[in-house]
Formats: sequence, structure tokens, C-alpha cells
Amino acid sequence: MTQRLPLIIFAIVMAVIPFIPGIPPFWIVLLDNIGLAALVAMGLVLLTGVGGLTSFGQAAFCGFGAYTTAVLTTAYGVSPWLTLPLSLLVSGIAAVLLGIVTVRLSGHYLPLGTIAWGIGLFYLFSKLEFLGRNDGISGIPPLSIGGFRMLDPGTIYFAIWFAVLISALLTMNLLDSRTGRAIRALRRGHIAGEAFGVQTPRAKLLVFIYAAVLAGLSGWLYAHFQRAANPTPFGAQAGIEYLFIAVVGGAGYVWGAVLGAGIVVILKEILQSYLPYIFGGQSQLETIVFGILLVVLLQLAPTGVWPWLMSRLPFKPARKIPDTSLELPARVRAPSTPSVLLHIDKARKQFGGVIAVNDVSFDVGAREIVALIGPNGAGKSTTFNLITGVLTSTGGAISVLGTKVDNAPPQEVVKLGVSRTFQHVKLVPDMTVLENVAIGAHLRGHAGAISSMFRLDRSDEARLLAEAARQIERVGLGDQIDQLAGSLSLGQQRIVEIARALCVDPLLLLLDEPAAGLRHMEKQRLAALLRQLRDGGMSVLLVEHDMGFVMDLADRIVVLDFGTKIAEGTPADIKTNPDVIKAYLGATT
Amino acid sequence: MNTTIMLFLLQDGITNGAIYALLGLALVLVFAVTRVILIPQGEFVTFGALSYAMLATGQVPGTARLAVAMGVVAFGLDLYAARRSLRFKLVVRSVLLNIVLPVAILALTYALAGPKTPIAINIALSLLIVAAIGLFLYRIAFQPLAHTSVLVLLIASVGCHLALQGLGLVFFGAEGLRGPALSNAAFTVGPLRFTGQSIAVYGLTIAFIIALWLFFGFTLMGKALRATAVNRLGARLVGIRTTLSGQIAFLLASVIGAISGILIVPITTLYYDTGFLIGLKGFIAAIIGGLVSYPLTAVAALVVGSVEAFSSFYASNFKEVIVFTLILPVLVLRSLAAPAVEEEKD
Repeated sequence: MTQRLPLIIFAIVMAVIPFIPGIPPFWIVLLDNIGLAALVAMGLVLLTGVGGLTSFGQAAFCGFGAYTTAVLTTAYGVSPWLTLPLSLLVSGIAAVLLGIVTVRLSGHYLPLGTIAWGIGLFYLFSKLEFLGRNDGISGIPPLSIGGFRMLDPGTIYFAIWFAVLISALLTMNLLDSRTGRAIRALRRGHIAGEAFGVQTPRAKLLVFIYAAVLAGLSGWLYAHFQRAANPTPFGAQAGIEYLFIAVVGGAGYVWGAVLGAGIVVILKEILQSYLPYIFGGQSQLETIVFGILLVVLLQLAPTGVWPWLMSRLPFKPARKIPDTSLELPARVRAPSTPSVLLHIDKARKQFGGVIAVNDVSFDVGAREIVALIGPNGAGKSTTFNLITGVLTSTGGAISVLGTKVDNAPPQEVVKLGVSRTFQHVKLVPDMTVLENVAIGAHLRGHAGAISSMFRLDRSDEARLLAEAARQIERVGLGDQIDQLAGSLSLGQQRIVEIARALCVDPLLLLLDEPAAGLRHMEKQRLAALLRQLRDGGMSVLLVEHDMGFVMDLADRIVVLDFGTKIAEGTPADIKTNPDVIKAYLGATT
Repeated sequence: MNTTIMLFLLQDGITNGAIYALLGLALVLVFAVTRVILIPQGEFVTFGALSYAMLATGQVPGTARLAVAMGVVAFGLDLYAARRSLRFKLVVRSVLLNIVLPVAILALTYALAGPKTPIAINIALSLLIVAAIGLFLYRIAFQPLAHTSVLVLLIASVGCHLALQGLGLVFFGAEGLRGPALSNAAFTVGPLRFTGQSIAVYGLTIAFIIALWLFFGFTLMGKALRATAVNRLGARLVGIRTTLSGQIAFLLASVIGAISGILIVPITTLYYDTGFLIGLKGFIAAIIGGLVSYPLTAVAALVVGSVEAFSSFYASNFKEVIVFTLILPVLVLRSLAAPAVEEEKD
């Protein structure tokens, strides 16, 4: 309950404000506007700060929400409360349509697309007859509960801030869940998440819809607050301002949205009332200051005001310790382990004219540690990527437990019990070790976004975290469980990746240079862990350059050179193999 | 449908499309070199056009003073950046570039501006002013952010657009302006009348496409600019001055923007905020060209111009809607063909 305490205090403060005697009514109007902007910015926090997708078009989604209720209440006399779900639905559907088109696109196409549709939709709003063209729609009925009509800013205040608080709560719940971790991993690229079964495009679409629905909610409230809707507040300018709010407050933080909305709305008010005195009676001068401030802010404090405030707090929020007694159901294993786990038959990968992997064949048996070695550029990591579905092969066949996997997406390969680590560590640096490792257990949980938002996922979540904590303990990082992954040394980060891979409950573990960056003692501990895993029934395929480590550990070694397999055998065989010596040391006449 | 009308519309579309092509080219250029998606490109257009229009009436445009103000800020940033190793040569260079240059332009503008100033001098002055603004814009807003992600640069770019557009309102007022035509020559081919103005539009567009293609494909400086875009650190390690690359890109973009503005201001009335929409149409072309291909961008710009011309005839109310919706099928196609590239961000 202590984690909810700040929220409860905030709710009480907000509830008391309108009753402070002598508070100017204008302040309440400002607070209403802050709440409305905060709702949209909260969606952007999830979309931009957390998910890494930028949208300048959120104002258009507000427009969908506002116009839906405006048309239905004025033309058809529908009750505002009935139009609420419809407003959210219309914004959501618009987001699905636009999202399907754009979220698959990388980087800058999405923001550019959002600017374009933001303007397109603005013109559409201002030209359509049934939306009242440029004049918009007026005479929208107020919200009312029973006989209580929310006619003035002081009463709708409660509706607006109730919506803000509920949305903040639901958003924070969502972020602190299985789905939330998948969303938080989006910003760092899609390969790591997908290797553990995250459906990246679906997660992106989800945040996109979520942000749009929040904007739609803001639009719905706005329409009943102003009792009118016209195109101006839903144009490109407003869309830019919402993003500005999120950046000012701190794009990665839910409360940053509320703080940013407060700062920007009040600043705008001050600028609008004082700038004309300085520059003469021009309007829109605040945009100059806004524009300049935005650039200055990005240069000086790109993470926004909220994290800066939080770092100044004298106390740190306590983290909960997972209860490791909870068990996740283990993978259903075949009653008799087959002798061959991974079978690679003439796998081939060409990049244009370069043959990175040239008809390589080898097997990994049950309870076996196989090392894949070779000089740099030999095709080891490419082979890993072919096995795990990150790359599609040009030819050949790969099967796991007799099931052909070639060119299956990574999300399918991991379901077969193959999990991996990466040569270049792919952790989310601003998530804790526990949260990073829990991504590995993504497929072993089932709670979706909605159940996470309403906290119906707690038993599922507790089991996932327990499993993650157990694996962290197992690899010996128990003391670092609450640290941010980015604060660990590179060697430790590699170990975190192993714990994450273990969370899959794999049959076959693929490790890409796990010992790089480790000290001697740590390497020995790692070797002991891998032996223990093998004895427990797991197979390991590893790429490694530390020959001492490999020769000690591996049961069998496969050597690649220039994409071709040049040798395979026990460590003793490989050590004396003339081809291998030649590949590593050059020709010895 | 009447063939004559169709020809008229097509002519109109191609003239507008040529302008969008110029802007699209500039956008591709800036993105390719600095990874900045240059939203303020539209402001270069309005600044160029309206400065030219104001000079034509004998007034000194506020943009000339803006260039001086931005120069002073740029000078301050230069000094601050070099505060640990303040060498005399460096300071002199910075003073020359950031103080002397814009002040000289301002002085020149005051000296030459008058109701009887020849068109060519007005054009030259407008180009100089906007070029200086473009140069300083890079120094002030983007050079300190050069190492950040495309998204941060984009947000900064939007900030610059807001500020410059607001300043445009201060300098030029809310009323639209029109400038004098570059030439009053005209001839007719069949039903179509070609003005000297439209010929200038076509000619300049084609000239810029060829020049950019030659510059990037065949000169060392062009290749250095491209190298900067791919990998800043790598470019620096082989001795390319990456800030210089960025400055050149912004200089070119601002000049191209100003030229586009000067080309269209005799044809249509421009307002302080018109540039944004014009620039965005250049964007649609640039996006169709994938932000990399100059020829594809030029062709796409002609398509955008023609679609605009036809939709303004058949559904004038929904002209902008139709043009901006053009981007969606393009994004769909790109999305279907999108290669699964891993991106490492921030």
C-alpha cells in the first residue's frame, strides 16, 4: 500500500483544491486544461517515452473523441455517458487503422506520417458538413449525474481529474506487468524482445491504441467542458504542443505528463498575457518562446523535469522482493529425451555475394555442451541468427527435436525451447535486473494488457517474477537484483542475459560469447553453472573466443572458417587438427 | 472531361510539383547529411519569399535583423564551446562568420533597399539573409544535438519550426504578400500559356537535381557529406569535419527553400504560415522517395503537385485532405516492404 500513498495524497490534494476559500475561478479553468492536456500527454509518455514511437498527431485523436460525442449528443440526443465508450471506440478504431499502416515502419516514418495525418484530419474536420465545418458544433449538453449538471469549470473539474487519476493508475499498472515489460523493451529494438516471444508489432499497436484512447477520452471531456467542438484545438499545432508537454515533463514518466501539462499550460497562460506587452499586440507570440524552449530543453535536459525532481527526493521508493516459493509450470518434456536436439543440415546464408554461412551441418545432442569456434567473421553469430529465426536462411534445413524451424520467426523458435544470449548485450538499461530477466519468462505468463491494467494479473505476475528471481539467484547475481541493468559491468550484463535465457525453461541454450568481459573466477563460476545445467538435462551451444574456457568445458567443438565448417570433434581432436591451427595461426608451410 | 482543362491542371500541377521537388530535394539532402528531418524548411520558403516581397516594396525585412541576432547567439555558443582552449584564430573566425557576416548583410540591405532596387539585387539580398539564418539555425539548434537520435532531432526541428513561424508573424504580419514576377515574358503553345516565371521554375528544378546528383555522386565534398550521415564518428576519424558538413547541408537547404519561395511568391499570395504546408508537401514527396533518392523524390513531387491540382478542381474543399492522405498508401507499401533492421536507439 505504501506505493499507492503518493497517489492517494495527490488525489486528496486535487479533491480539496476547489474548496479552498477564495480560490480564483480562473485557476480552476487552468487546472481543467492541465488535466485535459495531461491525459493526452500520458498517452504520449507510453507511446514516445516508453515505447519509443513518436506521434505529432495525438490532437487528431482528441478530435475523434470530441466530434463523436458532439455529433451524437447534438444531432441524435444520445446521453453523454453513452457516447463515452463510443468516443473511445472511435479513437481506438482510428488508431488501429493508422497504426496498422505505420507502426511497422521504423524510426522517423511514424512521426512524419503522424504530422501528415494530423493535418489531413484537421482539414477533414473543418470541411465536413456534418461536423459543422470550420464553425464546429455547439450546444453540446453538459455531463450530468442524476440531477447534478456539470455546467461550470468547477464541477467538471472533478470529472476531468478523476479521469486523470484513474488513467495514471491504469497506466502505471500496465507498465508494471508482463505486457508493460514488453512495451518498455520496444525502445531498445525488437530483436531481444522477439527472441523471448514478444510480438513486437502487436505491442507497438497496443501502445498506439492506448495513447489514442487516452486522447479520445480527453477529447470527450473537452467537448463537454467547452460544450462545443471546432477544428482548431485538434490541429497540427496542438499535436506538437502535446509532444512538447511530454518532453518537458519527462517523456518516460507517467507523472511527468501531469507535471509537464502543468508547466506548459501555466507558462502558456503567462506568456499569452504578458508577451503582447513586450512585443505589441500580436497573437501567437508564445509559440516563439515555446519553440525556443523546446530546443533549449532538448539540449540541456533531454529527460525532462520529472526525473530531475525525483533524483532530488531524500528517500528512494522501496522495491518489493519477489516471493521465490511460487512455481511456474515447467515445460512439458518428452518422456524419453531424443538423442539429437538440434539438427542443422547444410544451412546457408548469403548476403549479396558474400556467403556468410556456407552449407554448414552439425548436430547438438541431448545433455551436451557444443562450442562453435572460429576466427572473427567465420559466421558463428550468423549461424546463431539462422537457428533463432532472426535471419532467414538462403538454403538448407534446421530442425529442433525433429520440428523444422527454418525461417520460422524468433517468437516460434523460442516456443520450441531454444533460448539465447546476444554477442552485443541487448538489455533494457533503465529496467532493473529483475525486470529484464522476467522478459525471458514472457511466454510462460498469460496476463494481457487489460487484466494488467486492472491488476487481475497479480498471481501470474508474482510467479513470473519469482521465476526470474530464482534464475538470477542461480547465476549468482542475487545482490544486483534491484539494480538497473545499465549500471552493471559488461560481464555481469552478459550473465543477466543468461538468466533471462534460462527463464524460458529451455531445452537448448545458445550463448554468444558468454565469457567475454568476465574475470577468471567469474569464468570458472560460469563454466560450473553450464556443467550443472547440462547435468540437469539442458544442452548448450556456445560461441566463445576464450580457448581455455572452451577446451575445458565443451564436450564437442565445431570449427567454422569463412562460413565453412572445417572441423568437428572433441577438444583433444581440435587442438591437434592441422586445419584449425592453420585457420587460427595462418599457414605453417 | 475537357482536354484543355486537363492540360491546364497538369501544367499547374507540374509547376507546383517542381517547387515541391525542390523542397523535397532539400529535405532529402539535409536528412542524408545530418539526419535532421527539416520541418522548418517551410519557414525558409516564407522567409525567402516574404523578404523578397518586402524588399520589392522598399522596406527592410525583419529577417535581416533576425540573422544578426542568431549570429550573436551562435557566436556565444562558439565561445562557450571553445572556452577551455580559446585561441585567437578561432575567435576571429567565429567573429567573422557569426558577427561580421550577418551585420554586413544587414548593412547591405539597409544601403540597397529602396522602391527602385532592381529585382536581381532584391533576390540576392533575400537569398543572403535566408542563407545566414539557415547556417546559424544549424549552429544554434542542431549542432549541439548532432549525436542524438533522429527522434530528438525531429522534435527539435519542430521546435525550430514553431519559433521561426512565430517570428514570421512578427516580421511580416498576418496579411499575405505577393512579389513581382521575375520576368514578364510569356508565350503560348496550343491552349497553354507559359510564363517566364514557370519556365524559371522548371529550369531551376532540373538544374538543382542535376547539380545535387553530380555533387553527391562525383565530388569529394559530396561523398564526405554522405559519409557523415552514415557514421559521424567514422567520418571524423578519417578527417571529415562533421560540423562543416551539417553547415553546408543547412546552407544549401535554406538557399533552395528561399529560391522556391521567390519562385512562387509572384504566382500566389504567401502568408507567414504558408510555408509549413508547402514544406510538408515537399515532405510527402521526400517520404515517397524514401528520404534517400533524389530522382524518385522529384517524380513523386510532380505526382503530389498534379494530385493537388486535380483535386482542387474536382473537390476543392478536400484538396489538403487528399494530398496529405497520399502519404498513407505510400507508408503501407513501405511497411509491407520494410526490411527487419535492428535499430539501436539512444
